[in-house]
Amino acid sequence: MTAYDIESGDQVHPGKPVTVDRYTAGARINHWITAISLVLLALSGLALFHPSLYFLTVLFGGGQWTRAIHPWIGVVLFFSFAGLFLRFWHANLWKAEDGTWLARLRDVMAGREERLPEVGKYNAGQKVVFWSMSLLITVLIVSGVLVWDEYFGSYASMETKRLAVLIHSLAAVTIICVWIVHVYAAIWVRGTIGAMTKGRVTGGWAWRHHRKWLRELVVGKK
Amino acid sequence: MANFEFVLPPAPTKDIKVGLSDADIIKRSASEVTPPAKKLPEVAKLIDVSKCIGCKACQVACLEWNDKRIPVGVNVGSYDFPPDLTPNMFTVMKYTEWVNPETKNLEWLIRKDGCMHCQDPGCLKACPAPGAIVQYSNGIVDFDHDKCIGCGYCIKGCPFNIPRVSEVDSRAYKCTLCSDRVAVGQGPACARACPTHAIVFGPKDEIKQHAEGRIKDLKSRGYANAGLYDPPGVDGTHVMYVLQHADKPEIYANLPKNPRISPIVDLWKGATKYLGLAAMGAFAVIGLVHHVVTGPNRVSPEDEENAEKLTGSKQ
Repeated sequence: MTAYDIESGDQVHPGKPVTVDRYTAGARINHWITAISLVLLALSGLALFHPSLYFLTVLFGGGQWTRAIHPWIGVVLFFSFAGLFLRFWHANLWKAEDGTWLARLRDVMAGREERLPEVGKYNAGQKVVFWSMSLLITVLIVSGVLVWDEYFGSYASMETKRLAVLIHSLAAVTIICVWIVHVYAAIWVRGTIGAMTKGRVTGGWAWRHHRKWLRELVVGKK
Repeated sequence: MANFEFVLPPAPTKDIKVGLSDADIIKRSASEVTPPAKKLPEVAKLIDVSKCIGCKACQVACLEWNDKRIPVGVNVGSYDFPPDLTPNMFTVMKYTEWVNPETKNLEWLIRKDGCMHCQDPGCLKACPAPGAIVQYSNGIVDFDHDKCIGCGYCIKGCPFNIPRVSEVDSRAYKCTLCSDRVAVGQGPACARACPTHAIVFGPKDEIKQHAEGRIKDLKSRGYANAGLYDPPGVDGTHVMYVLQHADKPEIYANLPKNPRISPIVDLWKGATKYLGLAAMGAFAVIGLVHHVVTGPNRVSPEDEENAEKLTGSKQ
């Protein structure tokens, strides 16, 4: 039986250095469609969120275009993320070591990984990001559809729409903060971005950050 | 004189010289404005429901002046036509058949629905497009359609559910209080067309005086609760009603009793806007500071060696 956190395509290649396949081409394309959608949604949404950011509407061809295109990008994001969810949910199930990892967040932030438990393909931080994204995108698509007056104008009362637009903006602010954490972590932990561009990481990276996952892959290979 | 004597009061609709320009703007959506030093006298339109005969001349005049047409519709079981405001129909007569529980009389309450031109306009507060909604110092709330993006936030901000977004050009429309007529010293088209002078227009203080006279008259005729509808929750309006039953505005086709900008809209356009930007900024700054303090988290040569040992790449 394979471990819970081994995804299709995960494979270790011995050598100098060792390389580990982390994301298939499909997963990477899926990720980048989601990423581009999220960035475009953040830019177009922020343009309508605060007057000081209204200038961002020029990126989309003006206010009318920004208003018209934002919900469609949202639809793309929703389905694209649904693909990621199906790919990644199992490896993001919460495990005993995740609690320990999270309790030692101070060591995480200081980069003292020798004091942390060995973790699988995703650490607790990544799992929090994954489940936050899943929840927030659900909230955003539901609240967004409720205020998509062009097509769904008659589906909700005005009071519901007011609440929806407030919830939509709060969820959007939260997801942008989660996104900042996600991007920052990928930059801070060097060697990570290659996983989503080339699809692979070095053995040393896997040893340092996801040792349990690496051990499982090695055992699986033998 | 004939038996039927119907004396109109002296027409209070007087032309007031104003001349609206950008210099008269006191509020502008999604922007800050320096209030003009010289303010225009506040104007108001008074709709005396007790004098309305439901002829719809105001609706016709509105369509005519604004050069709008509405398609032939269907009867929905009342005289209301169209049944609700549309992007082309800025005002709609709302007919209510109400049995007065005290007198058992059937009263036909006809309220002319449309923009109330709130002193504290919820539409303007909710609008994200700079300058798409403005308020002039005389109180008129006007839409600048060239700047409108069609998001419909104005409808969510409005306590009276007035603006309508056009499916044709995706821009929001509502009564302008005939700002283009007022700017050249003319009263609104609806007021000009009203055959019973149920709609009158002029400086707000004078119009309120006129309303007092009407209320006195109604009270003398048994309407003990007659009164003026100038709701304080939105700091008063520049379209006001004389109601026979001012204690029960809701009987007039759901005219809200205490209209105010929804607290949800206040929260959305107030704290959320500023705390949201602050939160996003804080996360970005924390990331930056963390990177400067901690430095990058790099994989060491020992990590690579350990991986090689584990995979058997190294003997």
